Amino acid sequence: MDFATLLQMLDATLRLATPLLLACLAGLFSERAGIFDIGLEGKMLAAAFLSAAIAAVSGSVWLGLLAGIGASVLLSAVHGLASITFRGNQLISGVAINFLAAGLTVVIAQSWFAQGGRTPQLTGDARFNPIDLPFAEALRDVPIFGPIYYELISGHTILVYVALLMVPLTWWILFRTRFGLRLRAVGENPAAVDTAGVSVIWLRFAAVGICGILCGIAGAYLATALQAGFVKDMSAGRGFIALAALIFAKWRPWYALYACLLFGFLQAMSLRSDVIENVIGFQVNGQFLDVLPYILTVVILAGFVGKAIPPRAGGEPYVKER
Amino acid sequence: MDVMPKWADVILIPLISILLAAILSALVILAIGENPWEALKLMVDGALGSTYGWGYTLYYATNFIFTGLAVSIAFHARLFNIGGEGQALIGGLGVAIICLFIPWPHWSLALLGAAIGAAIFGAAWAAIPAFLQAKRGSHIVITTIMFNFIAAAVLNYFLIGALKAPGMEPATAKFPEATHLPSFQDMFNFGETTFFRGAPANITFFVALAACVALWALIWKTRLGYEIRSFGHSESAAKYAGISPTKIIMVAMLISGALAGMMAINNVQGEAERLVLNAVEGAGFIGIAVALMGRSHPFGVLLAALLFGFLYQGGAELALWTSIPRELIIVIQALVILFTGALDNMVRMPLERLFLSMRRAKNGRTV
Repeated sequence: MDFATLLQMLDATLRLATPLLLACLAGLFSERAGIFDIGLEGKMLAAAFLSAAIAAVSGSVWLGLLAGIGASVLLSAVHGLASITFRGNQLISGVAINFLAAGLTVVIAQSWFAQGGRTPQLTGDARFNPIDLPFAEALRDVPIFGPIYYELISGHTILVYVALLMVPLTWWILFRTRFGLRLRAVGENPAAVDTAGVSVIWLRFAAVGICGILCGIAGAYLATALQAGFVKDMSAGRGFIALAALIFAKWRPWYALYACLLFGFLQAMSLRSDVIENVIGFQVNGQFLDVLPYILTVVILAGFVGKAIPPRAGGEPYVKER
Repeated sequence: MDVMPKWADVILIPLISILLAAILSALVILAIGENPWEALKLMVDGALGSTYGWGYTLYYATNFIFTGLAVSIAFHARLFNIGGEGQALIGGLGVAIICLFIPWPHWSLALLGAAIGAAIFGAAWAAIPAFLQAKRGSHIVITTIMFNFIAAAVLNYFLIGALKAPGMEPATAKFPEATHLPSFQDMFNFGETTFFRGAPANITFFVALAACVALWALIWKTRLGYEIRSFGHSESAAKYAGISPTKIIMVAMLISGALAGMMAINNVQGEAERLVLNAVEGAGFIGIAVALMGRSHPFGVLLAALLFGFLYQGGAELALWTSIPRELIIVIQALVILFTGALDNMVRMPLERLFLSMRRAKNGRTV
């Protein structure tokens, strides 16, 4: 494999890792606050549809992004209502949200656009277009660094950079602010937070809301940046890979970045099986690369490589003593 | 003391939840510019208006009984088996191997063999997540989700590799004639009038009914069932009573996986008579809705499975005759899961308050 191919692969890795990373950080906020969320997939899908639909109708991708975030936050509100207010089962709520999104997106898309459950192709300003970082063109011919800067670092859509910036931001919010401390505490020992006079309900709703916003950006990225329009079931299990990455990263932001890059790289490899064959000399089943994230997560969960310990109060509704 | 009488818990709450789901579904149909009443009439007519419709309704219901029972038995041990989809896929693999490579003399023996094979394959697929839950404490929901994806890949691997029949399609060869199960059309053929013509319902429906009875007996009439239920109610109390958590988790999940796997004798051996990609078509997930609605009771599961069989067949008819896409059924399924599962307390809390005030009023009069 030559240098140019490697850069292409890494470039694809970054593009494919972005939605995983956004969804993974979304799950991080929610689960750190003690709310399990297996509805990441559904929220991404709903956001992907509504962002593409609004972008197609209005011609503005920014309106689309806003609408996508709105759709995702709405589903988050349902999840919050079920799992915080009514103290229902968070996992069942997540399953319901996944199906709700899978069904509604197609039903509404068919009703609005009558194109077999997809939105029209997005072009021009209805999509996020790649942005060239300063001096990318000028530095292109510098050996080694030039191509890396031009191919790999520059030339992505703005959401890729947003996702990358979200990693330090998430770390800072969770580990350097009062809100973050309380959010983590509410996921470990909500009774202590309550005793301190801080509202458990409010904190958990805030976490679920942030989760909704990030999932919304992830979904909008799928439909308006990675691809040009919504197609049925386009999230294609990414929400669950993000969930896997979250466990792989043991609920920590920087490790989430590494896990998502790894899983993004696996996805990029399964798209370029010809390259893999050239490098290692035999053919690898693309299916195998696709499910490798899940297998790795099971191995991690089995505790063979370190132990993944979730937030202690995760999945349990908080009942204030009366 | 319970606040509510038992009938309210078992019948009233599910009914209200379904009513809420139905109202929201009607609103969705209204919003996409169709008439909900017309849609319902079309569904009833298409699913229940002919023996052909019934044949499809009962075929789908058979699938959902198996997956619903699978989720139920796990629920009784307070385990959430979300992996019915994968277990049913792998069960299909077992059915295909047994039907293709063993020369069966008669369908009845083939049915027995395939059922055992499907159960073993399904149970094996549930065994690893169960073991990890029991011994390593890794969350069964996460591992079973992962195993759904891995199962799909395994199936894909075999259907484009070792088991693939000649031709373009990733599917096995047609199973031999001797393994074909009698369909309702064969069984209810009385001279001139043929019932269930062309419908896929087959003898597996009666196997599913037997499974309902067997599971009911297991849960409420045996020591193991008692242990599973006690474990589900309180893990610490069960431990104190000398019940091994590892054993209960393993046994409950193995039975669950076996039941989900056995769905394959209906859809793989009974209907398709070969194994194709994505043979399960989401029935594993519908099992969650069915189990929630049926309150994890085998009889409730049976009723809920019939309702979902009706929705599935009715939904197919809707997609055929109106502009309402089939995915509407997924929306209804999601709403049922949401209201009967996650938002259970939303219905329960006001009802409990109502019953409490009614009882107070009554007691006040008698005093």
